[in-house]
Amino acid sequence: MNNFSAKVDQFVDIVVNQGGSNKIIEGLQNTLLIAILGLIIGIIIGTLIATVRVVPKYKMLPRVLNAICSFYVGLFRGTPMVVQLLVFYYVLLPLLNMQMTGVKVSILVFGLNSGAYISEIMRSGIQSVDPGQMEAGRAVGLSFATTMRMIVIPQAVKNILPTLGNEFIQLIKETSVVSFVGASDLYVAFNYIGTNSYEFMVPYLAMAAIYIVLVVLISLGIKLMERSLRKSDRGH
Amino acid sequence: MIEVIDLKKDFGNHHVIKGINIKINKGDITVITGPSGSGKSTFLRCLNCMEDPTSGQIIFNGVNIADMKIDINVHRRHIGMVFQHFNLFNNKTVLDNVSLAPIHVRIKDKNDKTPKKKIIEEEHARAMELLRRIGLDGKAEAYPSTLSGGQKQRVAIIRALAMNPDVILFDEPTSALDPEMVGEVLDLIREVAEDGMTMVIVTHEMGFAKEVANRVLFIDDGRIKEDESPEEFFNNPSDPRLREFLSKVLV
Repeated sequence: MNNFSAKVDQFVDIVVNQGGSNKIIEGLQNTLLIAILGLIIGIIIGTLIATVRVVPKYKMLPRVLNAICSFYVGLFRGTPMVVQLLVFYYVLLPLLNMQMTGVKVSILVFGLNSGAYISEIMRSGIQSVDPGQMEAGRAVGLSFATTMRMIVIPQAVKNILPTLGNEFIQLIKETSVVSFVGASDLYVAFNYIGTNSYEFMVPYLAMAAIYIVLVVLISLGIKLMERSLRKSDRGH
Repeated sequence: MIEVIDLKKDFGNHHVIKGINIKINKGDITVITGPSGSGKSTFLRCLNCMEDPTSGQIIFNGVNIADMKIDINVHRRHIGMVFQHFNLFNNKTVLDNVSLAPIHVRIKDKNDKTPKKKIIEEEHARAMELLRRIGLDGKAEAYPSTLSGGQKQRVAIIRALAMNPDVILFDEPTSALDPEMVGEVLDLIREVAEDGMTMVIVTHEMGFAKEVANRVLFIDDGRIKEDESPEEFFNNPSDPRLREFLSKVLV
């Protein structure tokens, strides 16, 4: 145990006196930034795809869009996130002759990836809403898109909020691979501390603890949101 | 007002409507009855193209709304619909349920130069007036889940009225209600009828049909078998299937 407390002292020393804390804060910021912006992009893309996939398919345009969306979802669900990051960073960017920081690439890829997953979550959410809601909207002369936006999707979101929260937690955890494209996240920060002291036990333990705290906080936030959204079930 | 020409509707290989021709005039209170599975609800839902007809025409105010090329939304605004299961917007308050569509339509209307804020104010006031009429102005800020079935259906009826429609379609408006709530809903429908609204009502309430309708249809096997005044319909039914049907429902 003496050994362990020495390691803790060493870790604290690096964090407090040798700039470790700045690394951790930077890493935390990037982790949150990538997960939050990724989730937002994902929700936007996912909602659009889910809407396309539930449009009645009488006409040509919805069918073509639907095929494109299926392809997109298949592509992003069929390959690991790391591979998507690497392909984007080392293949697409050079081909397109573009420059982007690792963090920006990560945000984009996380958004595109979670869009594919969220589209399926959102689709089941939309299908869980009573079809009578859509009918009622159409019957008063609202368009499909307007009824979707004002009536169906808000109810769908309420139904899938817990699942959406899980997707966010998933994203937070998956950020640990963004160092592959040179983005400094929590893993990079703690790895840096470990490398500097040739001692990884405490840094990685601390890293695990931070992830757990993040996830617990998010779960709590989801519970609060669910509670306030349930308002329309109870009235005032 | 509505002319239906050779309407047919299939669901896959199942022929539900097998050729219906009818003219519904302004001011008509038309009640549609028939055995379950006869196609009466499907027929009603074809009138505002909630179900797209497989073939045939629905001429509403001179326009064939079964034509896929027209903007159906514009025409549906003049055709109110009341559903068996009410279908109030669960995520909107009672006031929003009634005023949402009128507000949306006016804001989108390029000829309506009224500022957005004014439109919302006006339509809220109008919705409140309608709610007062049915005695539910106290529930304006409540959500549908807090209302009784009868209250929900009455809100659904004034939601249709708020669009100032030319005709209102009722799809079994009292079938999902507890018996003690049927009366309040029928009373409101009767009141709206007395104001001269054109109505098409699918219902099993024969007493109500006798009293309010000026025309009763019997649909069986995807066709109109009888189209008569209520007196003729109930006292001198000519179709054998109708006689059998009436003997079952008029106990």
